[in-house]
Amino acid sequence: MSFARSFRLSGTGAPQLATLAVILFANWLVFPEFFDLRMQDGRLFGSLIDVLNRGAPVAILAIGMTLVIATKGVDLSVGAIMAICGAVAATMASDGYSLPVILIAALAVGLVCGLWNGLLVAVLDIQPIIATLILMVTGRGIAQLITEGQIVTFTHQGLIAIAGSSFLGLPMPVVIAVVLGVAAAALVRLTALGLLVESIGVNRTASTYAGVDSRSVLITAYVVSGLCAAVAGIIAASDIRGADANNAGLWLELDAILAVVVGGTSLFGGRFSILLSLVGAMVIQAMNTGILLSGYPPELNLIVKAVVIVVILVVQSPVAGRLTTFFRRR
Amino acid sequence: MTDDRSTAHAATSGAPAGPGDHRSGADDAPLLEIRGLSKSFPGVRALDGVDFRLHAGEVHALLGENGAGKSTLIKVLTGVHARDGGEIRLGGVPIDAADTADAQRLGIGTVYQEVNLLPNLSVADNLYLGREPTRFGLRSARRTAAMARELLAGYGLSIDVTANLGDYSVAVQQIVAIARAVDLSGKVLVLDEPTASLDAGEVQTLFGIVRRLTARGIGVVFVTHFLDQVFALCDRATVLRNGRLVGERRIAELGRLELVTMMLGRELEAAQLHRRRGEGPKGEAFLAFEGFGRHAYVNPFDLEIRPSEVTGVAGLLGSGRTETAKLLFGIKEADAGSATADGAPLRLASPRAAVAAGFAFCPEDRKTEGIVGDLSVRENIMLALQARRGWLNPLSRGESKALADRFIKALDIRTPDAEKPIRLLSGGNQQKALLARWLATEPRFLILDEPTRGIDVGAHAEIIRLIERLCDEGLALLVISSEIDEIVAYSDRVLVLRDRAHVGMIEGADVTVDRIVGAIAAEGPATAAGVPA
Amino acid sequence: MSTRKLLLGAVFSCALSFAGAAAAADMTIGFSQIGSESGWRAAETSVSKIEAEKRGIDLKIADAQQKQENQIKAIRSFIAQGVDAIFVAPVVATGWDDVLGEAKDAEIPVVLLDRTIDTKDDSLYLTAVTSDTVHEGAVAGEWLAKEVAGKDCNVVELQGTVGSSPAINRKKGFDEAIASHSNIKLIRSQTGDFTRTKGKEVMESFIKAEGGGKNICAVYAHNDDMQIGAIQAIKEAGLKPGTDILMVSIDAVPDIFKAMADGEANATVELTPNMAGPAFDAVAAFKADGTVPPKWIQTESKLYLPDTAQAEYEARKDLGY
Ligand SMILES: Nc1ncnc2c1ncn2[C@@H]1O[C@H](COP(=O)(O)OP(=O)(O)OP(=O)(O)O)[C@@H](O)[C@H]1O
Ligand SMILES: [Mg+2]
Repeated sequence: MSFARSFRLSGTGAPQLATLAVILFANWLVFPEFFDLRMQDGRLFGSLIDVLNRGAPVAILAIGMTLVIATKGVDLSVGAIMAICGAVAATMASDGYSLPVILIAALAVGLVCGLWNGLLVAVLDIQPIIATLILMVTGRGIAQLITEGQIVTFTHQGLIAIAGSSFLGLPMPVVIAVVLGVAAAALVRLTALGLLVESIGVNRTASTYAGVDSRSVLITAYVVSGLCAAVAGIIAASDIRGADANNAGLWLELDAILAVVVGGTSLFGGRFSILLSLVGAMVIQAMNTGILLSGYPPELNLIVKAVVIVVILVVQSPVAGRLTTFFRRR
Repeated sequence: MTDDRSTAHAATSGAPAGPGDHRSGADDAPLLEIRGLSKSFPGVRALDGVDFRLHAGEVHALLGENGAGKSTLIKVLTGVHARDGGEIRLGGVPIDAADTADAQRLGIGTVYQEVNLLPNLSVADNLYLGREPTRFGLRSARRTAAMARELLAGYGLSIDVTANLGDYSVAVQQIVAIARAVDLSGKVLVLDEPTASLDAGEVQTLFGIVRRLTARGIGVVFVTHFLDQVFALCDRATVLRNGRLVGERRIAELGRLELVTMMLGRELEAAQLHRRRGEGPKGEAFLAFEGFGRHAYVNPFDLEIRPSEVTGVAGLLGSGRTETAKLLFGIKEADAGSATADGAPLRLASPRAAVAAGFAFCPEDRKTEGIVGDLSVRENIMLALQARRGWLNPLSRGESKALADRFIKALDIRTPDAEKPIRLLSGGNQQKALLARWLATEPRFLILDEPTRGIDVGAHAEIIRLIERLCDEGLALLVISSEIDEIVAYSDRVLVLRDRAHVGMIEGADVTVDRIVGAIAAEGPATAAGVPA
Repeated sequence: MSTRKLLLGAVFSCALSFAGAAAAADMTIGFSQIGSESGWRAAETSVSKIEAEKRGIDLKIADAQQKQENQIKAIRSFIAQGVDAIFVAPVVATGWDDVLGEAKDAEIPVVLLDRTIDTKDDSLYLTAVTSDTVHEGAVAGEWLAKEVAGKDCNVVELQGTVGSSPAINRKKGFDEAIASHSNIKLIRSQTGDFTRTKGKEVMESFIKAEGGGKNICAVYAHNDDMQIGAIQAIKEAGLKPGTDILMVSIDAVPDIFKAMADGEANATVELTPNMAGPAFDAVAAFKADGTVPPKWIQTESKLYLPDTAQAEYEARKDLGY
């Protein structure tokens, strides 16, 4: 089985990679030192590293979100799950638990959250947008209960190392995102999970009639999403050495959805590519970092972002594809 | 304009079918003339310089094997696809419809092969979408509903027009699509396999309506695989093969065999079309259903399934045929009775459980319950097998490729390669791929709901031969069909349904068209021997 | 949790120096709180309870979960219960006239906490206790001007959420304070959305954009949380916050005191969560002898420096920020 299949859909993922290249080029225009790298305390240091490092949580969310969207669903609760898992990790860290215990607990909580979403969607047949909205709204409340309304800070060296250490000069979150992305892509493509997910996303009725265990597959997708959110939540907490129940992961579900869409997976479900979603996440973060480096007044942030995204989506849309062939024909 | 159209319809639909000689127009200048039409898709020349002429007042059959290019011709004509080359003239004027709505404005109403209405809108809204009747300039839901009711009454259909279209069966949806298209066709009506899911009575109603339209000078393009219907309704036929024009003939001058030969490019033994299959040895029953049923769905029934046996299922639309199939396959769970396999109790709680027990089911509604449109032919073929193996035990790419190629060859599925998305295949070829999906699981018990729908004569014969071969190898079959001829051709016994109840089982030598029709029509339960005296 | 609460009460009553008016005893006051959307808000709620307890006031708190309709409901029910006074932290500025009119008719004084409302009729409320966010910015700016004492200084600013009134006002106050000091230049200003994560991310980009941080002399953050994020970013870039770069921010949350005690921050301006205390006193005085308080009671914008940081941190660490 060829691993290249992950890249198969939009041909080679060329539009996504081209988009990323264009954005990086634009960043270089507004900030000529954009590609400069140096070593700092054994860690690579530079704007490019910032893009990777800051984009890591969204990239990790996008892994799970890709699977969920491929089933024709959406998971709005990932931001809230980040907050919950970050809160669990931070509270346990400040109470002095060992790192493995903290990680297992936080991941377990993410798993339970994903399972909850999955059950609502797969068993109770609630529309995904509504089902996950429940946790999106209540999740932060739950996180606040855990943190007792405070920003829980910690000095737990083990947990701090999750976001603060580096491997081969790369920040650990980047390493985690890449490892998870490759592992997830391998999981779905080396097993039949990817096919079944796509099949359900395209036509759930027909898939069920073909004997596909749609429920288990759906639940799996939401559980993976919950686990990814847990990892992102741990990284976010580790990064600021604290858990902010109100703001951790706030609106990141939207960035994750956008990353998946930019990565070429349709919101109508079906064909997906996890690795291209990672590229999508990098596109978004490269744009964010570029805006910060540009020195434009912050009032323009959202406008610039919106314009860039509209351009990306229009350029990648099927209509644009048809238009280009149309003009070539004339 | 909206109101004109609907009043015009009201005036004509009530008019009696004139006996006038509407076939005389055939030698005049054509109403619709297509010249040198070409259309290619990646890997296929779907149309290659095709000519087609439709005269006012005629019914013109467009025939050909699955994948010959019939639907493509219609889609290019009505602007769904842009053409690569060629010319289309309507009433002598070159036209170039941009989309279906544009074609409608030009006077071409179309029923596409795949019903493309909106299941989440009401029946009435579907009928009048984009041309709602207005009252004092406002849309009037009440008037829309009243007009819809009246329109459908002309088709012998009295249903709640305010309910969602999706709540009705494929047959009703098809009638609604036809009614809309007929209502919209000012000059030309195009019907792409409109009768595929209709029963005999509904087909007759449709024919009556078509004849009334031709009497008014409207030209009708009629695509079908039912040769009987071609001879009953059509004046001329144009035959396509592999995207090329084979020829145009007057039906009156055409024999059945000649027509089939034109379509297939080879001869097909007449005997192969409907040959009563020979009696083979049947084994012991390995499946038994006792008092099996579901409240308000299908009344409890007893059924035994033996290897190598074909059980035909006959009954009118809505008699519970598809419901029986869905119950047996675990799509709806039975709330009464029991099922046993090889003497052991069997719980059919889901299709998955049924598949695990060696069941297979080709549903009637190909588009929504059968194909997984965006996935490739290969993936569609491997799906059921893969689902049964579980996601942790994947078929390797090589295995699935070999599997798909084997069935593409065995069933003669027309596709440039196994990686083409299945939705881009012609309707009949999609049907064959679905059959392949189930044959790949090597089932013991195969349920086919309208298996030959949309399948060309050649493939039809092949599929029936395939069914026979599978039976000889020990497969048990349950086949639902509206084609009683067909049921008679391959069934060892025929289960007759009426009003969601199993009313009789006709066996052995009693399996004849007359017996079956009699049992369907009879009042009260039929006896085991067949029709009551 | 309960031990924490006990501790919290104990520490706080020691820490707060001014004693409440005893006359307030036996009053019942209803407080329609917005919700608990931020740590500061949670602290405001707990401090209100502590202050009420100190004065023997029966304080009923209704959490509106960010919804005006819930606040209006809560106020109506307070009126029906015949409380002695009503405190409101209004979630929005408009739409209060009717319900406050009802309170006025019932002769129940209303005190606005922390935020004000838009109304033509300012007799609808007794007084408003709020901080002056413009002044907070100014205090920070003045501190910086004094600290650099005429030397050239390039400042980067971490703004609050774009368009929010604290962000606008804190920027305005700071800009005004440094306007007369030509040696102080604001070279970059971006929003950090009042959060640690964003503060850190924005600071990282400032450092890259300003020669690895060498051009930056001071960071002014609209809240401490962003500043804490910025401190981490500066450390990860190999610089020393508080020494290489001056750090001044607003809010006075416990963690910034810790940073100051560690020498990583230089100053913070307090936005006190104790809005209820002055309000209780105003109501008590009004009830006792009809003393009408000023329409606007401004809480103090106190500047804290590292010298008291350790003590302040100890006093506040369990306050619930
Ligand atoms: N949108 C499309 N993209 C690619 N190929 C297509 C598309 N539509 C049709 N084809 C191909 O064009 C050929 C002709 O298809 P068409 O649907 O016209 O056949 P048909 O004569 O209507 O067959 P059937 O009797 O099975 O309905 C087929 O090989 C089909 O796979
Ligand atoms: Mg067709």
